[in-house]
Amino acid sequence: MTTTASAPRHGVSSFFHRNPRLRLTALLSAPMLWLGLAYLGALAALFVTAFWHTDTFTGQVVRDWTLDNFRTLVTDEVYRTITLRTLGIAALVTVIDAVIAFPMAFAMAKFCSPRTQRILVIAVMTPLWASYLVKAYSWRIMLSGDGVISWLGTPFGVDSPGYGVFATVLTLSYLWLPYMILPIYAGLERLPESLVDASGDLGARPWRTFRSVILPLTFPAIVAGSIFTFSLSLGDYIAVRIVGGTSQMLGNVVYDNIGAANNLPFAATVATVPVVIMLVYLAAVRRTGALNNL
Amino acid sequence: MSPNQAPSAVSAAPVSGAAGAPEPLPAVRLRELRKTFGTVTAVDGIDLDIAQGEFFAMLGPSGSGKTTVLRMIAGFELPTSGTVELAGSDVSRLAPFQRDVNTVFQDYALFPHMSVQANVEYGLRVKRVPKAQRAERAREALRTVRLEDFAQRRPAQLSGGQRQRVALARALVNRPKVLLLDEPLGALDLKLRQAMQVELKQIQREVGITFVFVTHDQDEALTMSDRIAVFDQGRIEQVGTPVEVYERPASAFVAGFVGTSNLLGGRGAEAVLGRSGVYSIRPEKIRVDTDLAAPAGTDEVSATGTVTDVVYAGATVRYEVALDVGGQLAAVRQNEGSPAFELAGSRVRLVWRSEHSFRVPDASDHR
Repeated sequence: MTTTASAPRHGVSSFFHRNPRLRLTALLSAPMLWLGLAYLGALAALFVTAFWHTDTFTGQVVRDWTLDNFRTLVTDEVYRTITLRTLGIAALVTVIDAVIAFPMAFAMAKFCSPRTQRILVIAVMTPLWASYLVKAYSWRIMLSGDGVISWLGTPFGVDSPGYGVFATVLTLSYLWLPYMILPIYAGLERLPESLVDASGDLGARPWRTFRSVILPLTFPAIVAGSIFTFSLSLGDYIAVRIVGGTSQMLGNVVYDNIGAANNLPFAATVATVPVVIMLVYLAAVRRTGALNNL
Repeated sequence: MSPNQAPSAVSAAPVSGAAGAPEPLPAVRLRELRKTFGTVTAVDGIDLDIAQGEFFAMLGPSGSGKTTVLRMIAGFELPTSGTVELAGSDVSRLAPFQRDVNTVFQDYALFPHMSVQANVEYGLRVKRVPKAQRAERAREALRTVRLEDFAQRRPAQLSGGQRQRVALARALVNRPKVLLLDEPLGALDLKLRQAMQVELKQIQREVGITFVFVTHDQDEALTMSDRIAVFDQGRIEQVGTPVEVYERPASAFVAGFVGTSNLLGGRGAEAVLGRSGVYSIRPEKIRVDTDLAAPAGTDEVSATGTVTDVVYAGATVRYEVALDVGGQLAAVRQNEGSPAFELAGSRVRLVWRSEHSFRVPDASDHR
């Protein structure tokens, strides 16, 4: 009734009030257009480019359909090694982050006062506000021959691991840790206190409660965190360049083919590998309900 | 407050028929129990004995400390001082999994990732009861709560009342010495709540386990319990049978919280009853008489006044009457079909038997 009365003055508002479907369309059209063009479009272009090749003499991209790039990728020993190494590093980073993040998130969600919780959440996020490059370079400095790690380790006979796969795993684990802590923290926050109480009440010791109640119910949150750490590690190339020494990851191959080698189609081919791995991973974890936890 | 206001608090009154011969040891014994959270005192020195097989209610407004007491019996909270004894042994410092009590939670706390069957079996599985025996006992517990056909469902597929019964079965299957229920019917709608009240009482009689249940609903406490402890501000105001608590409230707080507050004090009490002090009269004990001149019976007292408000509540009608001598009383009458509102604004005489004005300790002789 008021809608009709005020219709002349608030034409647009009341129109959208009566047509919720159109309101939704109006709100979503711009972002959907952006996602469709910029995101899916770019992904499609990437995939198409992967089937082209470059002229060896002129360096120009030749738009012929060929599977040569994929053949190289699969048959060449180097790329197989790099792919496996990248997968291994991403998996290791994910496991390390999960192992470190869970106790942290657990303490935050279950034992800290609301005030301390807020402070800790901010503390966890603070590194995200610092430049990625600065963080990677500080690890390079810490890991150098006369850096903090070797200085601290010398009395115990421990030397800096130097630059290589180990340093890469260490640095990436550090960089992506917040992305693991926050989803697990959110998952634990959603876990009703009474379920933990109930388990103890029914005679379960703390370890049993953890295994039978807390872990199964927060597993989707852990997987949600792993989607971040895994995919971010899979695509990284900067940290590897800074602390990775001679051991490359897929990202480096992509980068080198765009720059030095000037072979855009092959770069695109290599870039499809992490995309495919991620798609397989997402399909695998979909069943755990992790995607509802993002 | 000391327990001397409510003498029945100390003697473990054998009230329940289920227990048979009175047990020498109370199922639950609390002594000088205190709990503080920071600067807030939630429970302020409680002494209480709950007999074996008793259906015991802890009644009070929110924040009165009743839930904290329950959580200390279960072991979720450790007392700041004082002791909790279960069947004679001190469990004050033990963890929940070391205590022979089970809890039905307010939100039921069913494990959402397990079937009803797995939920009910959980306590037995933790205690390594063999599989066949586990299944048999779970089936039996589910039969007790009439849910044997729902064993394979997930909690999310059940209604509120069914979840409540699963929570009950999950606790009962362990055959605890004491079953603790935290506002067990709070989340159910009125009809279901009333049905569950009857059912819960029936189940308690069947299994013979001591039930301690927390509620803020006075009707629930009066309907179901053998005895009631009325809590206020971390203390017990009164412990007694429903009849004792309702008919002879030990304090103005109890009179007000259990039933409608209907207090007559000051000049009003002196004029009407010829005595000083504060008196509680239950509204349904008061007769509303339109004949102002009719003589009162020998053991009756009466007071005239004006009806200020008529509250229609379906089965009953409540009259708010401002007394001529000062003060306000409510009188409740069955809705017998006579028009309810015609008395609004008219002069009436309130009549009740003098034994029904019950003196309650007021501020002057209380604490």
